Amino acid sequence: MTGAVVAASRLGLTFRTNDGPVEALSNVDLTIGKGEFVSFIGPSGCGKTTFLRVIADLEQPTAGTITVNGMSPEMARKARAYGYVFQAAALYPWRTIERNVALPLEIMGISKSEQAERIRRTLDLVNLTGFEKKYPWQLSGGMQQRASIARALAFDADLLLMDEPFGALDEIVRDHLNEQLLVLWARTQKTICFVTHSIPEAVYLSTKIVVMSPRPGRVTDVIESTLPRERPLEIRESPEFLAIAHRVREGLRAGHSYDD
Amino acid sequence: MTSLHSRFAPVLAVLAAIVAIWYLGAYALNAPFQRDLDRRSGETPTAWEFVVRTMTQAKPTLPAPHQVVANVYENTFLRKPTSNRSLVYHSWVTLSATLLGFAFGTALGILIAVGIVHVTTLDRSLMPWIIASQTIPILAIAPMVIVVLAAVGITGLIPKALISTYLSFFPVAVGMVKGLRSPEAMHLDLMRTYHASRAQTFWKLRVPASVPFLFASMKVAIAASLVGAIVGELPTGAVAGIGSRLLNGSYYSQTIDIFAALIAGSVVAIILVSIIGLAGRLTEKAMGARPA
Repeated sequence: MTGAVVAASRLGLTFRTNDGPVEALSNVDLTIGKGEFVSFIGPSGCGKTTFLRVIADLEQPTAGTITVNGMSPEMARKARAYGYVFQAAALYPWRTIERNVALPLEIMGISKSEQAERIRRTLDLVNLTGFEKKYPWQLSGGMQQRASIARALAFDADLLLMDEPFGALDEIVRDHLNEQLLVLWARTQKTICFVTHSIPEAVYLSTKIVVMSPRPGRVTDVIESTLPRERPLEIRESPEFLAIAHRVREGLRAGHSYDD
Repeated sequence: MTSLHSRFAPVLAVLAAIVAIWYLGAYALNAPFQRDLDRRSGETPTAWEFVVRTMTQAKPTLPAPHQVVANVYENTFLRKPTSNRSLVYHSWVTLSATLLGFAFGTALGILIAVGIVHVTTLDRSLMPWIIASQTIPILAIAPMVIVVLAAVGITGLIPKALISTYLSFFPVAVGMVKGLRSPEAMHLDLMRTYHASRAQTFWKLRVPASVPFLFASMKVAIAASLVGAIVGELPTGAVAGIGSRLLNGSYYSQTIDIFAALIAGSVVAIILVSIIGLAGRLTEKAMGARPA
């Protein structure tokens, strides 16, 4: 498929550890198109985070090929093709919220006036207007994670990589942020890769759900969602939603023996 | 008010205990000489008179606390600060060498740490030498430094400051290596996703992350600098400084002067460490740290 944002073919990654090699990824074939919202779901050790880190050029594959925007992940990283949101907000504690959002802009050499404009725009996008001068510790966990999303959006990369961004938050905050994330996705038209542990979260957010299983880390199912792009929270009680969730659950169960 | 009371009460209790033990020690150590004096002059003082005499000798084996306090008070407040009997004057001489050595030592320590963190070869080669340097007793090195530098015409402040440097660069180097390496993997990964240069990662992440480590190590370094300056004053028979007071006191058995000089040194150390601590707190507050 031409114009794919991410295209992986027979991708493998083996970590060398003291206990011998660990196959974090094995034979992963996956194509992610522009504007898709793709969730990666699976138990710990299934390689979902590793796959995201390979896209980001934070890990090097040991087999197969992968392209990001048609280039190698390294070239894509150097072209600042993606914004990365980590499990923790990873805000720099000595910077205020606006200075944290400014960090990538400073590094990329964007002018002060342009910085101010983009900070204003991205903080508005994540509903943090008014918190510019606060330090991270003065914000709740959910607000901190929103600030870190703003930071990833600030330099306008078309691809957003999110590694369990809401994993540490409580369910109520998580529901709220999921809704906001969908709005943000609709407004920015970005391609989003989203790692999660939560089946409802994956089904609610995604246009495509990649089910993975461990030992070796591999893709066991790719589900194209039939849900409309417009998704109120209530959609989670619809039969269609439950059917997709059921298929995800079946995929997870098939790929993973819980006895070992 | 209660919190102030509960904070100071334990400290004061310990102080009172130290003073009490000190008085007992002074009596015990000074009594034999006093007995000797009394026997030779054929005097038979009462028990109380005898105790008082052990606490008022001109050159006691162990001066009593009030003798030391009187000496410190006299030599700090009753003399012109320019007089060479003034403790202020001697403290200032030692302080100037301490501050210069501390500045050198901190700069050198930071420089070494930056090198170790960024150059793998330095990481492997430099650290063992740095640690070895601190195992050499400073009392053995100091006279050599002073004599060698005097031979090439460098005397006075610089040699003493260099000995301070030698002692103070070490905690700063070790602390800053740790500080510059303190950013978590996630913060470093973030810089990588931005394709940040090494210089950008250094200034925007490693340096701010190392600030608490810098102040912690500077507290140790300034105290070490003071020790270095005092040690540097010993072998030269320096004419001024806390070290020279200690040396003169021991030449002429002026034990009260020795203790007064020790007190002066401690006061200088407390003031210096407090200033660094305060500067550290203000800096961290300016950097948005959560108030403790």
